[in-house]
Amino acid sequence: MTGTATLVPPAKPSAAPARARKPRGERILTAADRTEMVVAWIAGLLWISPLVYVFYRAFLVEDGAGGHFGLENITSAWERAPFGQYYLNTTLLVTGITLAQLVIGALAAYAFARFTFPGKNVLFIFVLVQLMIFPEVFMSENYRTIAGMGLLDTLAGIGLPYIASAFCIFYLRQAFMGVPGELVEAAKIEGASRLEILWKVFVPAAKPSLIAYALVSVSTQWNNFLWPLIVASSDTTRPITVGLVRFLAPETGMDFPKMAAGTVIVIAPLLAAFLIGQRGFINSFLRSGIK
Amino acid sequence: MSDRAFSYALLIPAFFFLTLFTVKPLIGSVLSSMQERGGGGFTLENYARLGEDETFLRAATNNLLFSLLTVPLSLGLAMWLAVLLHQKMRGQGFLRAGVFAPAILPMVAIAVIWMYFYQPNIGVFNTILGSLGLPTPDWLGDPALVLPSLMVMMVWKEAGFFMIFYLAGLQGIDPELEEASRLEGTGKFRHFWKVSFPLLLPTTLFSAIVALSDSIKMVDFVFVMTQGGPNNASTLLLYHIYKVSFAQHWPQYAAAMSLVVVAVLVALAVIQIRLIDRKIHYR
Repeated sequence: MTGTATLVPPAKPSAAPARARKPRGERILTAADRTEMVVAWIAGLLWISPLVYVFYRAFLVEDGAGGHFGLENITSAWERAPFGQYYLNTTLLVTGITLAQLVIGALAAYAFARFTFPGKNVLFIFVLVQLMIFPEVFMSENYRTIAGMGLLDTLAGIGLPYIASAFCIFYLRQAFMGVPGELVEAAKIEGASRLEILWKVFVPAAKPSLIAYALVSVSTQWNNFLWPLIVASSDTTRPITVGLVRFLAPETGMDFPKMAAGTVIVIAPLLAAFLIGQRGFINSFLRSGIK
Repeated sequence: MSDRAFSYALLIPAFFFLTLFTVKPLIGSVLSSMQERGGGGFTLENYARLGEDETFLRAATNNLLFSLLTVPLSLGLAMWLAVLLHQKMRGQGFLRAGVFAPAILPMVAIAVIWMYFYQPNIGVFNTILGSLGLPTPDWLGDPALVLPSLMVMMVWKEAGFFMIFYLAGLQGIDPELEEASRLEGTGKFRHFWKVSFPLLLPTTLFSAIVALSDSIKMVDFVFVMTQGGPNNASTLLLYHIYKVSFAQHWPQYAAAMSLVVVAVLVALAVIQIRLIDRKIHYR
């Protein structure tokens, strides 16, 4: 947090009285400060305006008399495509992938952070190189792999390429390396096994990082489009992003209210979740976004 | 079990899947890229073809332009917005959340939203321009305008995202530095340029790598808005690979293109590792 009130230097007692009269946590706003705040508001509102506009179009029902606000566009869009199924698919995918990433990532990160073994550096560099390589770049080959496993048009086929994440391993390793050695020694003396130490010492100690990673992973996977587009071919497996595009595609011409309604159906829950958990979400980003 | 054997056991699941979905396809692509269309034979024709394939060259140029312009613009705007929203002010939380919101939305939804803005006759931009008596171009239909139009949208999404990283960076700067500038009457811009900007360089380097990889990875909007048109003016690399793989059913040639992209990505990864290395050493 930026504690502006703590900025008053404690030195020089002679200078203190004049400054102490200033209300705590307040500053004298100069003209430049005020201008900057106005600019911040203008920039912020301009930034938000596209989203506001979509909501406006989605809820504006054209009725010949200039239109009124109502849910008609939303309900008719909801009836025209299985958005409920799409949501369910996305939720299952996102939960499955994130949990698998955390488990697989935590195991590997534990090995890298806690033990020494031959080839450790080489294996870690192997992980680091993968930080940049995403499964879609090999879409043909991965399609062939998934097809060979008989997993086309299944949620498993969409999720499998993502469950080992180099970023997750790297990120959790950093978090695990910050766990104090005394905790580990104490658990060892109490007779905890190596897996118990991971579960009872490392995981609780790195909880904020695990949560931050989970948030990043959930939002990435929720938004994923290209690979699910390739693998999913029926509504029983399509996630919400692919569903939205399918919903918009077959129509000819632009039906704004319908497009806006479909978009709002897709983004409203995300925005709601974000606004509710906004402080925590942004703070966890701020704290552990880049370390 | 020895610690050594235990460590390897811990790594097995991760390395199994990393191998299955990155190493195996990498090897598969190398082999496949040297086969003729339909498989079989040995040929380097696929690589020779890359230099003559106008669509591929166009996609590569487009992607290069797209990256070179959107990355600095996004980061510059992100930094500016972060500085603005770092100050204590009424509505700070609301504005921060609003600027960050595009970052959490699916690219396809953002693409749909921006299509309203870019429509030639009824779109928001042209309605505004038209009411001012200005020319109303076909933003997504004009080969000269389509890529810049897509870039604007990308910058909108990305700047909101990287603003959060810059806010984190700004919070890490000792507030006394700002107070010192204030007392000495140093102007805000000068303070930013001489103090904040250099201290934000590590954030900038990290963000630039992420933004660069995003500019190659995020092509969802091409599917929604333009399908690469008009005249391939908005084709990007990953989209072209998709077309060759699944519309032209030519995985051998797609493999050659994938390897070009991977070479770029690995080069970026090496830069990233060097940066991480440096960060660890200096900590």
